[in-house]
Amino acid sequence: MNSPSGSAAGPADAGKEHVVALGGVDFAIDGKTVFRGLDIAIRRGSVTAIMGPSGTGKTTLLRLITGQVQADRGSVRVDGVDVAGLGRRELYGLRRRMGMLFQNGALLTDLDVFENVAFPLREHARLPERLVRALVLTKLQAVGLRGAAGLMPQQLSGGMARRVALARAIVMDPDILLYDEPFAGLDPISMGVVMRLIRSLNDALGISSIVVTHDVREISQIADASYILSGGQVVAEGTPADLRDHPSPVVKQFMEGLADGPVSFHYPAPDCATQLLDRGRPT
Amino acid sequence: MTALLAEMYSSLRGFLERLGALTRFFGRVLWLSPGAFGRPRLVVEQVYNSGAMSLVIIMTCGLFVGMVLGLQGYDLLQRFGSEDALGVGAALSLLKELGPVVTALLFAGRAGTALASELGLMRATDQISAMEVMAVDPMRRVVVPRFLGGVIAMPLLTAIFIMVALFGVQLVGVQFLGVDQGQFWSQMRDAVELGDVAEGLTKGLVFGVACSLIAVFEGYHAQPTAEGVGRATTRTVVISAVTTLVLDYILTAIML
Repeated sequence: MNSPSGSAAGPADAGKEHVVALGGVDFAIDGKTVFRGLDIAIRRGSVTAIMGPSGTGKTTLLRLITGQVQADRGSVRVDGVDVAGLGRRELYGLRRRMGMLFQNGALLTDLDVFENVAFPLREHARLPERLVRALVLTKLQAVGLRGAAGLMPQQLSGGMARRVALARAIVMDPDILLYDEPFAGLDPISMGVVMRLIRSLNDALGISSIVVTHDVREISQIADASYILSGGQVVAEGTPADLRDHPSPVVKQFMEGLADGPVSFHYPAPDCATQLLDRGRPT
Repeated sequence: MTALLAEMYSSLRGFLERLGALTRFFGRVLWLSPGAFGRPRLVVEQVYNSGAMSLVIIMTCGLFVGMVLGLQGYDLLQRFGSEDALGVGAALSLLKELGPVVTALLFAGRAGTALASELGLMRATDQISAMEVMAVDPMRRVVVPRFLGGVIAMPLLTAIFIMVALFGVQLVGVQFLGVDQGQFWSQMRDAVELGDVAEGLTKGLVFGVACSLIAVFEGYHAQPTAEGVGRATTRTVVISAVTTLVLDYILTAIML
């Protein structure tokens, strides 16, 4: 296994070379360990993929970075600043420099597409209406949905909602973009469009992108670096090519989508035959 | 016996914890409320949602409550030969009790459930999380305008309920049952004082604060599942109804 570069990065380095750095992070929900000594460092200006089997805490990782939850131990640094040490005002200041694409889009259902994209501008910037209009239409054009500006979220398909949410995430020109399962449930055309958008937005805007995903093949085409999480830790990191040739059985199982391997497909359960013959209710 | 005591202790502790959380939540809502008037459009929208959208049910129920009061009041008063006092009797009972209480119960059923389920669904569909990540305080942007909308709408709805109910009393008593119109209105005007009107509107305001607070609290803290949203909606109605009746007793005891 490659040693995670984040473990070597000090706070000063984290602010310069690494836009996000997690060091020795422990985190548990309701007593269940999610992360144990997690070390990750995201290089500035890169597209970094966070992959791993379901339930390994990929989305929780994004929530740690945005300060929605706090680590039990260890540090989460964004631009060299420890997120845990921030008050509400400072945390909100930091979040203004981030954009996040939620798995289901999380569009505000009482606002139309235009107003959803305009929402962060109206909340944070006192701009003339003409400028708001120009900015919103430009971002909608970037995601191919300028023509859908007047639609309500209920009228959008899952893929369209995701693209509107992407337009909203970039409307404040963030430094960091976080994507939670951006390809889930998309048709091949939308998937290709979103994939190219992630890469082109990253390069055109000079931002850093963190993409949480299961879709190994798609993300391998655009990611500069990837991390694979399992058992609360990083089990592998490197370029997509590095991971394909990785000797670890966990990484091999994940990259090739194999049912058999160190990561069990089945949730822990008693013997199948015994349970089938037992008349009691499963506990 | 020990198990029963343990369960009672656990229930009491859970209740007190919830009450503490509600008190903290109320404190934060009050703290943020003055700032909400800096964006009056958000509050006005919620006055429309909680108030104007409840008008039909409030007016319909007001009319029928008034008509029933007219029938029952006439039946009772004619036994003593004082059916002319129907107007004043109905007006005082509507102003001091029936108006605010029935309006609050209807408000909890119509606007309260709408508020709770809307906020619960916003939580379940990550809209609240999305706002937090966009550095927008959902308490300030979503909760407080909805709370204030309900607080402003409730006394207005109470006043409308009472007016429509009085029309219902008059319709049955004067138009159908033949109570003298002059006596009906003049006795009411002589007996009803400004303090009675203030009592009704004060109760309306207090019930508005209670019902709106319970609705936004339950919705905002709903479990992000379909079952969680349903439970929050049910709790909103039940807790609002009980709180309204308890507060009604306390306020009546103070104001009498």
